[in-house]
Amino acid sequence: MSESSAIPLTTADGVPLKTSLRRAVRRSRVKAFLLVSPLLLFLVVAFVMPIFDMLWRSVDNPEVSTQLSRTVTALEGWDGESLPGEEVFAALAEDLREGQEARNLGLLSSRLNYEKSGMRSTISRTARRLRTMEPPYKEAMIAANDTWGELDTWQVIQREATPWTLSYYLAAVDRQLSPEGEIVKVPEHLEIHVSLFWRTLWMSLVITALTLLLGYPIAFLLTSLPLRHSNLLMILVLLPFWTSLLVRTTTWIAILQSQGVLNDLLVGLGVIADEARWQMIHNKTGTIVAMTHILLPFMILPLYSVMKTIPPSYMRAARSLGGRPFTCFRRVYFPLTIPGIAAGGILVFILSIGYYITPALVGGQSGRFITNTIAYHMQTSLNWGLAAAIASILLFVVVVCYLAFNRLIGVDKVKLG
Amino acid sequence: MAIPSYATRGERIWHYVFLGLCALIFLFLVGPLLIIIPLSFNAQPYFTFSQEMLTLDPAGYSLRWYEDFFTSSAWLNAIKNSFIVGIASTFLATILGTVAALGLSSRHMPARSAIMALLISPMIVPLIISAAAMFFFFSKVNLAQTYLGVVLAHTVLGIPFVVITVTATLSSFDTTLIRAAHSLGANPTRTFFKVVLPLVTPGVVSGALFAFITSFDEVVVVLFLAGPEQRTMPIQMWSGIREQISPTILAVATLLVLLSMLLLTTLELLRRRSERLRGISPG
Repeated sequence: MSESSAIPLTTADGVPLKTSLRRAVRRSRVKAFLLVSPLLLFLVVAFVMPIFDMLWRSVDNPEVSTQLSRTVTALEGWDGESLPGEEVFAALAEDLREGQEARNLGLLSSRLNYEKSGMRSTISRTARRLRTMEPPYKEAMIAANDTWGELDTWQVIQREATPWTLSYYLAAVDRQLSPEGEIVKVPEHLEIHVSLFWRTLWMSLVITALTLLLGYPIAFLLTSLPLRHSNLLMILVLLPFWTSLLVRTTTWIAILQSQGVLNDLLVGLGVIADEARWQMIHNKTGTIVAMTHILLPFMILPLYSVMKTIPPSYMRAARSLGGRPFTCFRRVYFPLTIPGIAAGGILVFILSIGYYITPALVGGQSGRFITNTIAYHMQTSLNWGLAAAIASILLFVVVVCYLAFNRLIGVDKVKLG
Repeated sequence: MAIPSYATRGERIWHYVFLGLCALIFLFLVGPLLIIIPLSFNAQPYFTFSQEMLTLDPAGYSLRWYEDFFTSSAWLNAIKNSFIVGIASTFLATILGTVAALGLSSRHMPARSAIMALLISPMIVPLIISAAAMFFFFSKVNLAQTYLGVVLAHTVLGIPFVVITVTATLSSFDTTLIRAAHSLGANPTRTFFKVVLPLVTPGVVSGALFAFITSFDEVVVVLFLAGPEQRTMPIQMWSGIREQISPTILAVATLLVLLSMLLLTTLELLRRRSERLRGISPG
């Protein structure tokens, strides 16, 4: 064998077979990659870059360093022990005057207001009075607004002069920097995010458990029926899957609200009194019921695809060996379905923690998710840095689950319908 | 599901209990979708069955909410927008996704699983995060509040569905058919149109349908990215549910349920056609 390999095999035109083969493989690699590249490029521009832009925004901190650039320079070398001197106040006056003329003090004042409440009005008021102010600015500014005489105002300005900050992340986990630069909890009445994160995780777990509880028997039934019948029942599973999310949420409003179908039915049957109608919507119950319904197909489909591969003879063999029905199920069938449970469970959990529409419509105050807070900061409070930080934390959780999913099951095994 | 002959009495009872439970779960799954159909014909502006409806009195039923829907310029405009955005983004997603799937199903595709994970990620990343990220980014490049911005965003969301369905179709594609066609004297073009295309089309069409329904049903991204001119149907429904809850929503919902039944039937027919073409007999 080794002797004959001294004469290399060649193709008809004299190229060694090995080289020719390598060339062909390389050509098809390049071809495959070229086919994928338009989509890859599109996704990078329209999806990956926006995501990274958002991650960057959650630490980006340009306001103080650009709009108070003179003040920041003047503050260099300030010891932080006593109020800064006149030159810093003069620089601040210059910065604010310029900002007032350019009418762009809004971002700066909101930014400082996140760190020290009251800064928004302090800055806008001082900027308005600057026209009539005369040097020395130190006395004039402190007279105009006490805040400038407080040490921590200057400490905040000095601290936030860095081009990037972690303060949005601190705010996202209900922490803040104390004037001494230590990380402390925010006052109790302002603590909202951590409890919302926990509630989101906890409710998503409940929803995942409920979909498993309801989906398991259905998937089992679908696999054990003859194909003709199971195809028909499969349509009943797929119909909600294909129906608009808003439609499904709307129907739950119609059913669960206090003048809705279910309450009317219960009153009509005499189960509850007319005055004591159940409050089943705009609270946790509403969110859990509606989301369990919406996500149920996502549990049934992976379970079904795993159960379909389990030969029915296994259960018969277990029975013939003398196992009791429940023991056979617990020891033989159930362990074989665990991959399906993992796939469906992770899928439902990932989808559930990122849900926005349904909690917003049927969740009320107590059924809100962390996603609702992101939307609130995006649209109402306009604190985009904080919205980006909360979204980044949520994204991290989702990516971890996604990677686990990919490792356990593999995304290329995902099937639809 | 037949009961085996060796089943004990307890097992027989359990069997019927199990079937009953399954029936209840199916009721939970489908009941809510069916209940809104009669409700949308309510003559009263309520979300529940009136006394007249329960006694099947014709006076309790009316088409006023459908009339409301078909004569409201806001709703009609929203439908138009939904179709514009849906068709444009489906078109883009289908072309990009199908071409990429052709590459992905090649045996020599480098870094296949990593790229696949990236292509599917828009489906996994929570919509609110994609929406926020795209809002920040598209505002910078002046794409926010434009049709193009919404179309591009929906293309991103539709791509995973196209990639998944088309790669699934291609993975079961039997390449010996191509060689067989060649050996029978067909040139590559003829082989592509006569052999490859008919076999792959059902997968592409169902991927396109998935992409379309994704765009047609999408609220969050439009909520952030679209201006008043790009209000789509889901946005109109969303604000309808939040602000002035009127049974017009139920009429729209009924129409959408019918639409999804239609789509589901189409998909099922496509699946059967593709199985028949491959010579897999349906059960």
